[in-house]
Amino acid sequence: MIKVIKPGLQTTVQDQGRVGMYEIGMPPSGAMDKFSFTVANLLAGNQPNAAVLEITYMGPALQFEKAMKISLTGGNIPPKINGQAVPMWETLQVQEGDTLTFDFVQSGARTYLAVEGGIDVPVVMNSRSTYTLIGIGGYQGRALAEGDVLAVGEMKQKDVPVGTKIDPALIPIYEKTHEIRVVVGLCSYRLTEESLSTFLESEWTVTPEANRIGYRHKGERLKFVDREQPFGAGSNPSNVTDLGYPIGSIQVPDGVEPIVLLHDAVTGGGYATIATVISTDLNRMAQIKTNEKVRFRAVSLSEALEARQQLKQQLQQIADNMAM
Amino acid sequence: MIHTQVRYEYGGDEFVFVQLSEEMSLESNFKGMAITRELKERNLPGIVDICPSNASYMVRIDPEVLHPDELIQVLQEIEQQVAGLDQITISSRLVDVPVLFEDPWTHEAVMRFRDRHQDPGSTDLEYSARVNGYESKEAFIDAITSSPFLVSMIGFVPGLPWCFQMVAREKQIEVPKYVRPRTFTPERTFGFGGAFAVIYPVQGAGGYQMYGIAPAPIYQKEQTLPDFQDSIVFPKQGDIFRYRSVTRDEYDEIRRQVEDGTFVYRKKDFSFTPKEVLEDPDSFSEMVLRRLYHD
Repeated sequence: MIKVIKPGLQTTVQDQGRVGMYEIGMPPSGAMDKFSFTVANLLAGNQPNAAVLEITYMGPALQFEKAMKISLTGGNIPPKINGQAVPMWETLQVQEGDTLTFDFVQSGARTYLAVEGGIDVPVVMNSRSTYTLIGIGGYQGRALAEGDVLAVGEMKQKDVPVGTKIDPALIPIYEKTHEIRVVVGLCSYRLTEESLSTFLESEWTVTPEANRIGYRHKGERLKFVDREQPFGAGSNPSNVTDLGYPIGSIQVPDGVEPIVLLHDAVTGGGYATIATVISTDLNRMAQIKTNEKVRFRAVSLSEALEARQQLKQQLQQIADNMAM
Repeated sequence: MIHTQVRYEYGGDEFVFVQLSEEMSLESNFKGMAITRELKERNLPGIVDICPSNASYMVRIDPEVLHPDELIQVLQEIEQQVAGLDQITISSRLVDVPVLFEDPWTHEAVMRFRDRHQDPGSTDLEYSARVNGYESKEAFIDAITSSPFLVSMIGFVPGLPWCFQMVAREKQIEVPKYVRPRTFTPERTFGFGGAFAVIYPVQGAGGYQMYGIAPAPIYQKEQTLPDFQDSIVFPKQGDIFRYRSVTRDEYDEIRRQVEDGTFVYRKKDFSFTPKEVLEDPDSFSEMVLRRLYHD
């Protein structure tokens, strides 16, 4: 059992997500940074889809009511056990009664806490992930609150020795300016050529509206090609006949403030989507904070697939090294 | 036939998006339904999610198992195969969906967000009636309630049905969305935006014109009502909804049934072919209403 002394800014239970339910309008939810999520479970000796805590910006205070192994990965929100700093990206041991707290965030935005066996909450539609908008999954469908008590599950796969680390070269570094790779397309035909260049060449600032639903970016106004709107679309030039939104797709309502849709986003609607963040860079997107700078760089599908392969190999390397 | 230009697009490395036409039409919707249904039946390894939409659809894949280009080839082949729409039968349900028009709850929200509206001096209903050439809001409500709608897409949030009226094109209603989206829409609001009627499953943001409120839910997380035993959402793509105007008394009665767990939608299983609808929407619509209420 783990007792929540303080909940932090927003701490939720997440796993790989509620995949395969777009048809009923259910977004996947799940860990925003799947790389850190996966490594956290590897270090805790868990099965790949064990649920973890996703900690945002400001960490919680948690008390462990029995001894167990844990691991912390992702954004650097410096962790402390009983007031003593402990390393991230390493298998740690906590004893009964130990308290985990965090310092102020230093880099990145989201930290993942895996506990041996995984966080045990009921599986709702194939997943333990929290989707707060309608209040399903996770701990009672919501972010953690003071006084909650989390049960530990039985998704332990193997014993990982305390002190196991990953190759420091494989630990991501989170800067304050970010290059995010996108595949241009979907309804990008709606943007003028000039605006498409503006989108790809200018620097965008992340606004305070940046959460699990999506990230909004401030910058120049983008223009759409003039046309008589097709029947059914609605009257704004940024409108199209309502369609599905891929995770990572970018829309620009009324030409202002591009929004990258993320894991808890609406699954469809009537805005032209102009590009999609590639799957590997969604992990990096998850570590971006308000007021940081983003450039969107266009890549081809084969470059996106190559990046995906590389990431997969890195994760494999981490798993192999730990098996030795 | 409406001219359609099919556009295949990559949504990053995990999605393929297919736009069947830029404008909304029953043809495009039926075609998308036929293609996605065939794709589902093929049960190809690597397909994670199939999301049929109004005049488009998207497919999520594991690109290491099924390369997006391979999927596009399959989709093009299926598209050729269903080009005629002749052999498709759609299994559907006819459903009576009660709506209380001009209710106090959405009216309060309508008034609260006047500054985000095209016409702050009218209500959403008055404005929509006028831009669609109706003499009164009563005549406009009559146009909405006298012909059924096809549930053409589910999404936005779990259970929200996009509904497209099954009438000849010249009778189809079209309204602009709010100039700036609202931050609040009451749960179960009956709204209209572009060419689509919707019911908002939960309270939240929204940009559609607000006309009324449905007493019965279309989404129920607790699954206590009989209509929600198999799924937390009620609507399915291909369903046919008839929106029926009810009085405040009937509204309150249905609310009471919802709360004590006895409410059941009036509905009938029904199969139809796209051809029947496309050839003569008026007689199709009459037949549907007869089936739902009399047969």
